Amino acid sequence: MEITLEVNGVPHTVVVDPRISLLDLLRERLELTGSKKGCDHGQCGACTVLIDGRRALSCLALAVAQEGSEITTVEGLAGDGQLHPLQAAFLEHDALQCGYCTPGQLCSAVGMLAERGPSAVTEELTGEPELTAAEIRERMSGNLCRCGAYPNIVTAIAAVAR
Amino acid sequence: MIRIEGRDKVTGRATYAAEYPVKRLAYCYPVQAEIAHGRVAGIDTTTALAMPGVLTVLSCMEPPELSPEADPELALFQRREVAYRGQFVAAVVADSYDNARAAAGAVRVAYEPASHDVRLRADHPGLYKPEKVNPDLPTDTEKGQVAAGLAAAEVTVEATYTTPATHNNPMEPHATVALWSGAGDLTLFDASQGVTYARNIVAQALGLRPERVRVVSRHVGGGFGSKGTPRPNAVLAALAARAAGRPVKVALTRHQMYDVTGYRTPTIQRIRLGADAEGRITALEHEVAEQSSTLVEFAEQTASPTRIMYATPSLRTAHRLVRLDVATPSWMRAPGECPGMFALESAMDELAVAAGLDPVELRVRNDPDAEPASGLPFSSRNLVACLREGARRFGWQDRDPAPGARRDGRRLVGTGVASSTYPARRLPSQASASIENGGYVVRIAAADIGTGARTALTRIAATALDVDPDLVRIELGDSDLPHASLAGGSMGTASWGTAVTLACQDLLRDGKHGFADTTEILRTLPNLARHAFGAQFAEVRVDADTGEVRISRMLGVFAAGHIVDATLARSQFIGGMIMGIGMALMEQTVTDLEFGGFTNRDLAQYHVPVNADIERIDAVWLDEEDDELNPMGAKGIGEIGIVGTAAAVANAVYHATGRRIRDLPITPAKLLL
Amino acid sequence: MKAFGYARAADPADAVARFRPGTMYLGGGTNLVDLMRLGVAEPEALVDVSRLPLSGIEPEGDGLRVGAAVRNSDLATHPLVRERYPMLARAVLAGASGQVRNMATVAGNLLQRTRCPYFQDVSKPCNKRRPGSGCPAIAGDHANLAVLGHSPACVATHPSDLAVALVALEARVHVTGPGGTRVVPMPGLHRLPGDEPQRDTVLEPGELVTAVTLPAPPPGASLYRKVRERASFAFALVSIAAVLDVAPGGTVAGCRIALGGVAHVPWRAERAERVLRGAPAGEEAFLRAAEAELEGAEPLPRNAYKVPLARNLIVRTLLELTP
Repeated sequence: MEITLEVNGVPHTVVVDPRISLLDLLRERLELTGSKKGCDHGQCGACTVLIDGRRALSCLALAVAQEGSEITTVEGLAGDGQLHPLQAAFLEHDALQCGYCTPGQLCSAVGMLAERGPSAVTEELTGEPELTAAEIRERMSGNLCRCGAYPNIVTAIAAVAR
Repeated sequence: MIRIEGRDKVTGRATYAAEYPVKRLAYCYPVQAEIAHGRVAGIDTTTALAMPGVLTVLSCMEPPELSPEADPELALFQRREVAYRGQFVAAVVADSYDNARAAAGAVRVAYEPASHDVRLRADHPGLYKPEKVNPDLPTDTEKGQVAAGLAAAEVTVEATYTTPATHNNPMEPHATVALWSGAGDLTLFDASQGVTYARNIVAQALGLRPERVRVVSRHVGGGFGSKGTPRPNAVLAALAARAAGRPVKVALTRHQMYDVTGYRTPTIQRIRLGADAEGRITALEHEVAEQSSTLVEFAEQTASPTRIMYATPSLRTAHRLVRLDVATPSWMRAPGECPGMFALESAMDELAVAAGLDPVELRVRNDPDAEPASGLPFSSRNLVACLREGARRFGWQDRDPAPGARRDGRRLVGTGVASSTYPARRLPSQASASIENGGYVVRIAAADIGTGARTALTRIAATALDVDPDLVRIELGDSDLPHASLAGGSMGTASWGTAVTLACQDLLRDGKHGFADTTEILRTLPNLARHAFGAQFAEVRVDADTGEVRISRMLGVFAAGHIVDATLARSQFIGGMIMGIGMALMEQTVTDLEFGGFTNRDLAQYHVPVNADIERIDAVWLDEEDDELNPMGAKGIGEIGIVGTAAAVANAVYHATGRRIRDLPITPAKLLL
Repeated sequence: MKAFGYARAADPADAVARFRPGTMYLGGGTNLVDLMRLGVAEPEALVDVSRLPLSGIEPEGDGLRVGAAVRNSDLATHPLVRERYPMLARAVLAGASGQVRNMATVAGNLLQRTRCPYFQDVSKPCNKRRPGSGCPAIAGDHANLAVLGHSPACVATHPSDLAVALVALEARVHVTGPGGTRVVPMPGLHRLPGDEPQRDTVLEPGELVTAVTLPAPPPGASLYRKVRERASFAFALVSIAAVLDVAPGGTVAGCRIALGGVAHVPWRAERAERVLRGAPAGEEAFLRAAEAELEGAEPLPRNAYKVPLARNLIVRTLLELTP
């Protein structure tokens, strides 16, 4: 089937097998390997991209269902030679080790910072909670990091959120 | 220092094994055994071969040519016997991943099943004494008379501790892209912790001379031991590419990783401890039962830390192994030390309780002058300083030892301590250094699996050359570079750093080019006990109603020689501690007794810590000078962080609840019943 | 994954018209794509209903109408849900991760399948997947499976958090299908396994969920609490949705209790509710109620912990809800 979607601002029209995930389309067809495959079942967050501005798991998204979607991957976060503030903060605070979860962490953090409303650890459901360390930890729990960079990831995100 | 490859990693430009752009790439997907033991009776590939995009099928019915020297776990499709559930029995090569995977599902395998035995137990009749335990240690040690020491003791502890199978679960699944040249040379883009070693092992399996194989791993998405040895994906990619006549990618699924990329053996450990009225240990015995496969003897050195930790006149350690119808266990972060220290350090806590002594004081009182089992002097040992410094920073002095006495609402609060240790070893490596385009280029087939090896080696080279680190460029992760040891056993920085330092010194002498090979130097080292030590403190909150355990505070204090880079070291120590929290509270792979293999083969069912699990955590270190190590004065730091964590948590859970959990992980289920 | 056809439905009627045996509706895909990749689901065709105009949340009478395609995160953060149905918001926020909640739909959440390890492994028997093949979980790895209402054929649990809250709120599920439209009450959507564990719900082939309506929130205070081995991003060992209304004299005027992680359905604790109505609100009555509910529990060797866990959770939650 033929679909048209926009990736990092570039329109792509591709003929896809209905079985191919958005993640495999990015990695195997469009040579955008920044989005990572860690589990292929929505259990690790390494494949997180932004679909129409919201963080989502590209491994569980069928490419064929993305007609007209605007996708942002880690390759699309930086401006011309200029790192996204979260990318710079991840470097400064050593919020990565092996780097394999990092693109997903970054896309997830970009999406998370744009989200409104409570999380599972918010005391008061109404109103807009302050983005404390505990809030960041909960909101970033969909992104596993086996190297254990979590404390530095929280520090980096908090630095940008401020 | 900011990680040298950090910018590539945050922009998505860092290329991992499965990501090399290769033309005419085909995809290979394995078919796995669905019995735990038996034989493949037949394989019907008719349907699969007729499916869209399918190029070829490999299977044990038509064994592809491999060397008889191949490691049994890598000798793919050579025999029809099945040694464990999940073993590869066939594989499909197709033009796309989805086509290969769909066709693999259509390969029909008929089995002649045999009865299987996958359960480790302490009274298993098949338990035997292996000749050695890893990496090359005596299976048993004995000094003095344990029975006499126990008889003379004022207080004794006798307990059995068990740890489950656990999986490394690096975030990057194991993957290989294989390309054959027209001349028959093989290039593998592989997820490897050591390209020189991987090259040699793959070449051996394929019956090639090592120089005809090149392994490239510029970025590796974590390994924690599971990428220390080549996995079936590497050999499968090579075989599939040879059969298909074009480049082939094998990217294992997360589920397949649970079957064929190694795991930490489950252990059953019996400890007997005796002490006099002052808490001085009179006897210490540590007996371990653990498993390996029927294919390969892998004997983990679980009791080895007990040989070096505490002074005692009588000390016995013993390992027994049973060969089951399971996949071969393998290296997982601090193999041996990690499960072994859970048992020993839990038992020390029990001894402190029994003797009415503070657990820090008990450990201080039993600090030995020389390595207890061997009698060798230590190159340096600062466990006591770590314990004292940790106690000071953690606020240990105000601790009421009574268990179950502190509450925070409905949550019980407790604190615990445990010691850590890890050997400081080196393996032979080579490195070259040269001046190119006004800068310095250092080449070594080292691996950066997230440790920051590029960054650490840059610093080491810059120090040796006495130049700004910006002028130094490190090339690593390619077996065409000067041969190097693997990233494992906390040996990377010490082994590679030695070679890099010597190569740089050689360059300074030569003026243009330098080279070093440390093989000879390592042969003539004075015989000393070289180990890093640490003390770990945990504060837990245990929900009295639900048994949920959360770690509200954790501190590690380490003495690991000279720390090459503070930022990298802190990240590594903390990362190890976080993996230790996983081990303590949630990680276990459940053996499927009926069908073989494991039942929880994904990241939804095998839990690793998430961000929300980690609250206040810190790692610090003592300045430790040790001239008996290497030019950097560094001990390894990759594994010691995990070693004491589980026991510190278990001891804190005891302090919080009065419940001694001797079977990891410490789940609500165990605290509720 | 087996090859399949794909079509996007224009409206619910179009979706139903496209239904054939072997067709499945695709919502957010967070469970269906996962199951297809495992080979557990092998649809011949997918009809994509994720972009149907079913994504509104609107007041309806004293209650609320939630479109079937509303994303979980939009449900949890909607002002009306946060103000009037906080327990529902809590339940949704307790589930999965931010990314999954952004994708998963309300209908998909309710219709997700069990995470029983045998159900998810097509190389092993499972009565739910292959009726009549057996249930290895009973003798095997059932540490996180059912203690209530299970059968010799199946001991699976329903994994949803949302469904537990909806059962306590007595939501109504609106469906349209080849036989017309109908409304299914909750509890009542999910069914116990009996000897037909392959059927998770009472929905007929081709029926499509279009909306969930909530009646006015029941009086009293409410809570959703989820117990799990790690602090986030894990299925419940046991969870509870509870509403408690205590009369000025201190007796229980009304209560609703539903449990997750204990049964093939989100489990409405009717026995406990009966014990509580009119009883003095307090630990003694709460314990009596919990024990009455769990009297019927039949734990397996490795999930016996769920009984004290559910008991403690009921008592603790009700105590927290007592003014």
